[in-house]
Amino acid sequence: MKLIYEKSQAGRRASVIPCPEGLPAADVPEELRRAEPPRLPEVPEFELVRHFTELSTRNFGIDNGFYPLGSCTMKYNPRVNERLVMLPGFAQLHPHQEEDGAQGALELEWRLQEILMEVTGLDAVSLQPAAGSQGELTGLMLVRAYFEDKGESEQRRKVVIPDTAHGTNPASVTMAGYELTPVRTDARGNIDVEDLRGKVDEHTAALMLTNPSTLGLFDENIEEIKEIFHGAGALMYYDGANLNAVCGISRPGDMGFDIVHINLHKTFSQPHGGGGPGGGPIAVRKILEPYLPVPAVVRKEDGTFALDYARPKSIGKVRGFTGPFGVFVRSYAYIRMYGPLLREMSETAVLNANYVLARLKDAYDLPFDRLCMHEFVLSARSLKRDYGATALDVAKRLMDYGFHPPTVYFPLIVAEALMIEPTETETKETLDAFCDAMLAIAQEAADDVTLLKEAPHNRPVRRLDEVRAAKNPVVKYGFEPAPVA
Amino acid sequence: MTHPFLALTESDREEMLRTIGVSSVDELFRDVPAGVRFGRELDLERPLSEQELSAHLAELAARNVDTTRELSFLGAGIYDHYVPAVVDTVLQRGEFLTAYTPYQPEMSQGVLQSIFEYQTAICELTGMDVSNASGYDGETVAADACYIAKHATGKTKMVITEATNPQVRQVIKTYAPGFGLEVVEVPHRDGTTDPDDLAAAARDAAAVFFQQPNFFGCLEPAPELAAAANDADALPIAHVDPLSLGMLEAPGRYGCAIALGEGQAAGNVMAYGGPHYGFLAARQDFIRRMPGRIVGETVDTEGKRGYVLTLQTREQHIRREKATSNITTNQTLLALGGLVYLTWLGPQGLREVGETCLALAEHAKRRLQERAGLELVFADRPTFKEFAVRVGRNARDVVRDARALGVHPGYALGRDYEGMDDVLLVALTEKRTPEEIDRLADVLAEVAR
Repeated sequence: MKLIYEKSQAGRRASVIPCPEGLPAADVPEELRRAEPPRLPEVPEFELVRHFTELSTRNFGIDNGFYPLGSCTMKYNPRVNERLVMLPGFAQLHPHQEEDGAQGALELEWRLQEILMEVTGLDAVSLQPAAGSQGELTGLMLVRAYFEDKGESEQRRKVVIPDTAHGTNPASVTMAGYELTPVRTDARGNIDVEDLRGKVDEHTAALMLTNPSTLGLFDENIEEIKEIFHGAGALMYYDGANLNAVCGISRPGDMGFDIVHINLHKTFSQPHGGGGPGGGPIAVRKILEPYLPVPAVVRKEDGTFALDYARPKSIGKVRGFTGPFGVFVRSYAYIRMYGPLLREMSETAVLNANYVLARLKDAYDLPFDRLCMHEFVLSARSLKRDYGATALDVAKRLMDYGFHPPTVYFPLIVAEALMIEPTETETKETLDAFCDAMLAIAQEAADDVTLLKEAPHNRPVRRLDEVRAAKNPVVKYGFEPAPVA
Repeated sequence: MTHPFLALTESDREEMLRTIGVSSVDELFRDVPAGVRFGRELDLERPLSEQELSAHLAELAARNVDTTRELSFLGAGIYDHYVPAVVDTVLQRGEFLTAYTPYQPEMSQGVLQSIFEYQTAICELTGMDVSNASGYDGETVAADACYIAKHATGKTKMVITEATNPQVRQVIKTYAPGFGLEVVEVPHRDGTTDPDDLAAAARDAAAVFFQQPNFFGCLEPAPELAAAANDADALPIAHVDPLSLGMLEAPGRYGCAIALGEGQAAGNVMAYGGPHYGFLAARQDFIRRMPGRIVGETVDTEGKRGYVLTLQTREQHIRREKATSNITTNQTLLALGGLVYLTWLGPQGLREVGETCLALAEHAKRRLQERAGLELVFADRPTFKEFAVRVGRNARDVVRDARALGVHPGYALGRDYEGMDDVLLVALTEKRTPEEIDRLADVLAEVAR
């Protein structure tokens, strides 16, 4: 398919820009003036619409079909939210509008904060972080501010992270200026508590943990872990990527965590848009509230809502304004449609995952044979050993059956990992069709492995050469006449 | 009870539990220790139907005074530019809207090619060699650029002009301790930055960060600022307004190492501050230090052109604690909105939007002086779409009184700058008209001084 730049012809255009008559002739000073115009596409409006419509047909979203991408919680994104977010009172509201002209927006933010406190079991919320990884970084900034206040920041330099963690955790640790202390996973898929004991001391600032873990397993020793960290005077950070498993069932605050980020684009249905936007609010225990980013959204005694900048101990700002407001509208709307039934949402997610696991565990390797939470990790180790079929081959072959593949090769501690998260919003028929496909593929591996090796067969492109792309990076259009695929 | 977003029937449930080999859903949670089980129902309001929800949110939205209800001259980083219908049309395609990050390229050629086209557009606008697939907003990409500069130069001093957007400076300062950076600010002189001041500050600095047009709306002597930085061996970083780049020279053409900015003005609604996209582009030398996703061109097994996420060894899921950033989720959908908008504009439209904004701003300057008797704060400085005007008393009071008459006259600069309590920052976009400018002048004539 051609690039939009390859469809461009000088002199064509889609826009008409109003230019009122009688305005003074004006230009920027010559020494600042642009010499050559940017080579933006020149196309009429209908070509624009056709181009992006055609591109969309070469993409796959939840609206197209089942998308069990582990750790990403690809659930249905309600359409009403897209209508609500476009209400002029939300979409056309300037973020510098005075507080008395933004009471509805501030009330929505305040209400969402209150909801997230109840769901996480914590005492205060900042909606500001733009995504989960920024929530992590913000959380670590709070950790540093807290220990600075206690005069322990020089001493406490280490952050403990299990080997199952998302890559964002260690990356956030570095960006926050901390040192990483890795900890192992035990034979049941929990944190290895003995390994942990030897690594937590007066130099430890915090633990970062996802629970349930990226293996889809709830850490059975969470109470002991809490004793170890709080006993050493360290804080506990909860990566909320997997919150969809435990809403109304077990709250991070009750597990002992002091800081939690919530991925609004996972648990609370903000559409992920092919890579973003997301939302990564953080909820914290009372002792950390003074350090939260400014402005805080507060309700005053007279019942009106305001932005509070008078937080002398605040870490500052991690993003513009109060955060990605449109994401808050969608997530607030989503939660209001569930209310206390969020528990049923999580229960159904866990039921669906266990059902798929039960149907697949004989055909694939199961590294930790336990009931799972909202997701689980299989391994294609035996398929690889016996027939040369890798996790990637299984993933590509699933495309031929019309499914988006699961997450592959993660978590890193499982060889040939296939991480499957069905979410709650699927019919049993869909789950069965996916299981049937997975079982058929395992059989195909034995019968004719080339079916897997050469997959996908019916997508707009066959398997792409990622090594070539990285070796000789072409990251923009060359504007030279080039042969067209 | 069955929720509309859940699909299992009672018999489905029974059959599934049987297959799993447990007798109840509760049993699925047996690994959750009793001590951390939540013992009650969540204290949340009852579930709403779609219809009730719509009424509730319409009521909340109605309590906001948006720019369709109040004539607004607010800018200060976020602008009321026109967003054409084609942007909504494209972004509402479920194939784009409801997809995750394109980890599986064969399922995601639509978004991958779009981002490749977006990267091209950003490189064209900024005159740079490489763009990432977007960052969170204009503030966080500024912090990203500082991180690149620190690691590329090994130096720890960051110089930022005081005339840079205060929120941008604040976010950089929040990130700085973790990055191990020291931030030094260079004051403005009469609304712009003096290249000699900058040259003095740039000694031993990793980078010099300035905004063009700056927060006061004034045009900085940007090529001289970049030269001052380069002479001191510090990387020049420009924070630019994408809609100014049809008229103003591209930062890559006057020696900048990195160009970035807030993308909102180009294709996103204001939405009370987000979600928007931050764009980040750099010279070729920095390609392996860029944070976040980058899409690259390649071929498939049959030689057909296609697109993939590339240079992933920079990223957190591969490099973990040694990654160039922790960013994962970015703002792809908003960046796609930016691409659609820039495609709608084309080079001619981009220039015309800039010309209309500039002409309206010049007209507004005159009207506010002639009709309202106000004085420009930086009268000698050229501006683009925004300018500062003295209103004779506390600008926040002027805002309040003008709003009572139905006009939001702009941003009170005293919020961020000492000695500017009586200064208002007035923004013009192509959506404003000469008649609206007259109304602003009349209202300010009444409430200012």
